[in-house]
Amino acid sequence: MDGADGAQTWPTALYRVLKAAEVRQMAYVPDAGHTALINLFLADKDVVSTVLTTEEEGVAIAAGAWLGGQRSVLLMQSSGVGNCINMLSLPVIGRFPLLMLVTMRGEWAEFNPWQMPMSRATQPALEAIGVKVLRAETAEDLVETVSAAAALAYDADGQVAVLIGQRLLGRKKW
Amino acid sequence: MVTPLLERRAAVAALLKDRGDLLVVTGLGSPTYDVHAAGDRDDNYYLWGAMGGAALVGLGLALAQPQRQVLVITGDGEQLMALGALATIAVKRPRNLALAVIDNQHYGETGMQASHTGSGIDLAAIASACGFAASGVLRTLPEVEALAQALRSTAEGPRLHVIKVAADSPPRSMPARDAVFIKNRFRAHLGFAAG
Repeated sequence: MDGADGAQTWPTALYRVLKAAEVRQMAYVPDAGHTALINLFLADKDVVSTVLTTEEEGVAIAAGAWLGGQRSVLLMQSSGVGNCINMLSLPVIGRFPLLMLVTMRGEWAEFNPWQMPMSRATQPALEAIGVKVLRAETAEDLVETVSAAAALAYDADGQVAVLIGQRLLGRKKW
Repeated sequence: MVTPLLERRAAVAALLKDRGDLLVVTGLGSPTYDVHAAGDRDDNYYLWGAMGGAALVGLGLALAQPQRQVLVITGDGEQLMALGALATIAVKRPRNLALAVIDNQHYGETGMQASHTGSGIDLAAIASACGFAASGVLRTLPEVEALAQALRSTAEGPRLHVIKVAADSPPRSMPARDAVFIKNRFRAHLGFAAG
């Protein structure tokens, strides 16, 4: 799903899906793979965006947002999932809607071995605490998957993580 | 002369007296019991776990409900687990969020082991360094009563006050542990339908 100039267009498609789902808060730890989506939200005056010092903060913020009547989305990379585990007790035991979009590292053309342990642990750790995991390997599938995940989260009070394959994100350039 | 330390239940009761439409989030352990002892209400959200999350639940709520005042009542140990949260809150600068740290300088829930605040770590000074609009350390009931009054109106930004209390363990006053029930009750109070 690349535009004529080769730029990826899926971040814009995801942004439209999340806006259609009435997302009003976005929280994130900066991440290269999420850059375009983060920038779209930062430019949106109708969505409150919060930059975090560590990912589990966003899990708690999402619960607070829902207490106050707002839907939210949490953006992070796979290494951040490990930071979230105990805080996920809150949405899991309280059945708070939670939608996490997780860009994967450590699984495709990865140059940094330090990314690999948490990459391996990402899906099992999420599933162990009770978060439903969906994965997308292509841009087309990603947009549909996030749309489905948003329904699971906001309509069915689900705790859902969409893992965005590193192959989709492309080789990291240095 | 040394001023005797505040009793935690008396301090929290004073903080919540005539609270009006204040929304309250509690940190796990004694603050949850203290707030429940002051009166169980639909506009309380009690945490029984997720240590380090209370202030940030308050942030998400304050951002979603900018017309309402939000007060997070938590303990020194709970807030120490989330020092970064103070930076995140300071950057968002919500005018309707206040944190009250009930500081007994110990981990009451696990056997009264000493916490960092008894060794010179000053959460109010950390909040101030982060850029909170107001912060302070309170040791007397009149100071707590003045804070309760101040919390009824918005500030220039987030506030954090440490309330120093005695390290005792009053009888537990326990709200429902059913997080879904408490959530739906809180949301219904704000006019939102159950999911």
